[in-house]
This record gives sequence, C-alpha cells and structure tokens, in this order.
Amino acid sequence: MNRTSRRSYTSFAWLGVMYLLTAFALIPLGLVLWFTVAKGLPPALHIEFYTNVFRPVGVPGAGIKQAIVGTLMLVGMASVMAIPAGILGGIYLAEYGLARWAGWVRLASDVLVGTPSIAVGLFVYAILVAPLHHFSGVSGSVALAVLMLPIVVRTTEGSVALIPNGLRESGLALGLPRWRVSLQLILPAAAPGVITGALLSVARASGETAPLLFTAFGNQLLSLDPTHAIQALPLTVYQYALTPYKSLQDQAWGAALVLVVMVLGINLVSRWVLRRQIALAGQL
Amino acid sequence: MAETVAAPVLRRPPDRFRTVTALVAAAAPLVLVVIVVVLIRGSAPALHQFGLGFLVGQTWNPPIDSFGALPAIFGTVASSLISLAIALPVGIAVAVILAEPSHSSIRGVIGTGIELLAAIPSVVYGIWTLYVLSPWSYEHLEVPISDRLGFIGWLSQPATRSLFNASLVLAVMILPTLTAISRDVIRAVPRGMKENAVALGATWWETTWHVILPAARAGIFGATILALGRALGETIAVTMAIGNRYWIPQSIFEPAYTLASVIANEFTEATSTLHQAALIELGLVLILVTLVVNLVALLLVRSVSRETRLTA
Repeated sequence: MNRTSRRSYTSFAWLGVMYLLTAFALIPLGLVLWFTVAKGLPPALHIEFYTNVFRPVGVPGAGIKQAIVGTLMLVGMASVMAIPAGILGGIYLAEYGLARWAGWVRLASDVLVGTPSIAVGLFVYAILVAPLHHFSGVSGSVALAVLMLPIVVRTTEGSVALIPNGLRESGLALGLPRWRVSLQLILPAAAPGVITGALLSVARASGETAPLLFTAFGNQLLSLDPTHAIQALPLTVYQYALTPYKSLQDQAWGAALVLVVMVLGINLVSRWVLRRQIALAGQL
Repeated sequence: MAETVAAPVLRRPPDRFRTVTALVAAAAPLVLVVIVVVLIRGSAPALHQFGLGFLVGQTWNPPIDSFGALPAIFGTVASSLISLAIALPVGIAVAVILAEPSHSSIRGVIGTGIELLAAIPSVVYGIWTLYVLSPWSYEHLEVPISDRLGFIGWLSQPATRSLFNASLVLAVMILPTLTAISRDVIRAVPRGMKENAVALGATWWETTWHVILPAARAGIFGATILALGRALGETIAVTMAIGNRYWIPQSIFEPAYTLASVIANEFTEATSTLHQAALIELGLVLILVTLVVNLVALLLVRSVSRETRLTA
C-alpha cells in the first residue's frame, strides 16, 4: 500500500470515528425519551391524572392537577416580569450597542445565563421569603424571571440586530422619533426571532426545579393563591421520584412525561417561528 | 464694543427612549451584583464564625454547629472534571461533524438532536439517572471495572449512587454547551486556511487535525471552561445521582456530595442561624467560582470571534 492511499484510509477511518462518537452522543437523548415515554405513559393515559390532585398512597385516582396549574401560574407570572423587560433591554443593546454601558449589560447577561439556578433560589429566599416568613408562588416566579431575563435580552438583541439599517433610516428620515422607529418598525420586523427567544426562556423556566425548592416550595393541594406555597411539575417529579412508594414513582414518571412534552413542544414551536423569521429576512 | 449675538445652536432633544431602555437593561448587571451582595450578607454569621477555615474544614455537623466546606467543594470539582473528561472528546467530534459543509441533511438531524438534549429539564435527567442509568452503570461499568482494576484505590468500592454516575449524567448535560460553542468557533476559522491545506494535498483528517483544530484551540478551550461552569452549578440531576454523603471519597465509585446538592437537601430544614448561614456561604462559594469561570470562558470565546472577524 503506497503512502497516499494509506493517508486517505487514515483520514477515512478518523471520519468514521467522528461519526461514531456523534452517534454515541445521541444515544442518551433516545434513551431518556424512550424511558420517559415507556414509564410515564401508563399513568399519563388516565384522565384523572390531569383532573385530580394528590391522594395518599394506596388511594386510587391520584393526579397532578395542582402541579400543572402551579407551573402555568409560576411561568405565567415570571413571563410577565421578564419578557417585556428583556425585550426593552435587548432593543437597547441592538440600537445603542456601541455604548460602554451596553458592553457591561451584555457581559452581565451572559454571566447571568450561566449562574447556578440554586444560587438564584437562595437569593430570592433571602429577599422575598425570609422577610415575609412564608413560601410563595410570587417568590418562585421572581426566581424564574431572573433566569429568563438574560435569555430574552440576548435573543432579542440578536434578532433586532438582523434587521437591515435601511428600515431604521427610512423611519428616521420620515421624522419618526427613535422610540417609534424601534417599537413600531423594527420590533414587528424582528417579531419571529423575539418570540422564539421568549418561548425558549419559557421552556427553560418550565423545567427548572432548583430555584423553586425554597421559594414556591411545593404544595400537595391545588392552590390558586400566589402568595402561598404552590406546586410545580418539576418539583413533583423530584419529590415523588425520591419516595420509596411505587405509585408515587409512577406518578413522577408521568409528570416527567408531561413536562418533557411541554418543554419539547415549546421548543419545536419556537423553531418553526424562527424558520419563518429566516424566510422573512430573505425578503427584506 | 458691539454686542455679539450668539448663533442659535441646534441641539438634539434628549433621547428619552435611550434612557428608558438603558435603565431597563440595567436589570441584568444589577441583579448579578445584588445576588452576590445578598449572599454575602446572608452568610455573615458563618463568615464571622469560621473565617477562611470554612473552606478547608471537613466536618458538617448541624447539631453541634460545626461546618466546613471542603468535601462539598471536592465533590463539585471532581464531578465536573470527570464529566468534562468524558464529554470533551465526544463534544469536539460532534462539533467537527456539525461544522463540516458536507452531508447537510444528516447534520440537520444531529444538530436538532443535540439541541433537544439541551432542552430536556434537569429533573428529567435526574429521574432517568436514578432509575435507569445508575443501576445500568453499576452493573455494567462500575462492578466489572473494579473487579479487574480494583487494586487501584480510586477504582474500588462500587456503589449505585456515586461520584462516577453523577459525572456520567453531567457529561450528557454539558455536551450541548460544549458542542454548540465549539462548532461556532470551528466555523469561524478562516476558510483560506482550510483551502490552503487542501490545495497542498492534505487529506480531510490532516486538515482537521493539523490546521482547523489548532486554529480553533483557544475557542474550544473557552467552550470547555463554559461547560465546566455549567457542570459546577448543576443541582437536581447531580443530587439524585451522587449519593449525598458528606465526605471526601477515596474512590470515584463511592458516594460524594456537591455544594449545590447540600443546599438543595438541607436548606429548607436548616433551623439554626449558623446552619442556614453556612448553607448560604456554600452558595456564595459556588456563585463566586462560577462567576470567575464564566468570565474567563466568555473572554476567551469573545477574543476568538473578534480575531476571526478582523482576519476573515
């Protein structure tokens, strides 16, 4: 075998190794999804699973309604706090991005994305739970909002910056003030990307457990009062999975399935929205 | 002397929109600073009581108010480093494949798969590790390895919940971070460099190994550090896998504990002021370490992308 063909065989072999490692990387995804569906589907097929609340071990017909409602409330309140602020912050970074202050905001947002969520939980406990002496849904949603904010800021910045300068300049040339150019011209053009970012932040917040442990705390009963402890889907999975009871463990898998369907569903929708953004940007 | 009339100066009206958005944008840096300040204040009793000795103390005994962080720091660092050792070769391989301009349909599927891996919530990884991965790893990895290599101290004493199993799930969880950023960095390598190598007759592998990966080295290092930051702060999945024993294990197959797991397990049950302050101080240690790690990583990744922007 001559030198050239040996080199090309070596190259081919390494390409194979790379593809093999890549396949290896995707195995956990398949396994996690498979086991979540296989173990979560039996409990999740009963309608009572969604319409009933916690029942003691041994009593049939237990459900996780309190967790589903709680997650919707927590994430809803967090979205109201984080998404408008995040969009305005992102517009600032995109429109006045050369300012020194913008550099600091960008750096802080990137660092905040990587901040351990359990530390955010401790922080919110110290400012909202300890002074008021009880756990609450509001404090849980503040913790989630802190985690959502930097995601919304950075994705909004990214999609607003994609809008061609011509649109901005034509608005200013017509005498529109900056705020109208930004909010009424640029933002609608960048909407798909902004919505994608907001959806991704919602998906992230829906799956967070650690920041809720000592803020929303968890609640076996259905509670619609955001000033008291409230249950969430990830908390249900965590608490039930660690109990020694088979029936609660089954419910934990069921709740995990509901959570995965919700989070991956939001992700797929956001991808579809983003694809429309790219198609739209091509037309501009 | 004739009176001079000042020429009318056209001043731009103040840009209030800029002021308002700048103030809203201030939320991110503000929150970051406030988190650190609040955690320092919350841990004040423990800071006064133990000083720097807290970082090297090895006991954790709430009933007698004796607290030291070393075993938790050890577990956090060890699990993160082992997970990096597992994830790094796989992550770079995936990044190389994803950055290739060919086979676009396969790459689309792989890219989507890796992104979905990042989307799965931590607690779902946790329950999967608890009931599926850990028992499997115990039976098919830990026991066979320690049967053959158990004479090496740190490969003995297999247990279902262990440092090693926590590292396995962490490796899966940091893989998307590692891959996404490495892929961007590899793509940012100027195309001319690759074309030069190919024109000189280099094969695909020679181009990748001798030209592209060395050029992307700093950025891949940044991606690695960023992934390390994620691993250090991961809480729920690790808590469900690592076994939660407060000691410095002799073997990677033994249970251990991490900073985040101690907080997750004990904080709501901490009754004494000192216990609570000690837990908050663990959180402070964790956030300061991840802050430094993330800053270093971000600066590395940014310097790379700036360089390539200048040269491309």
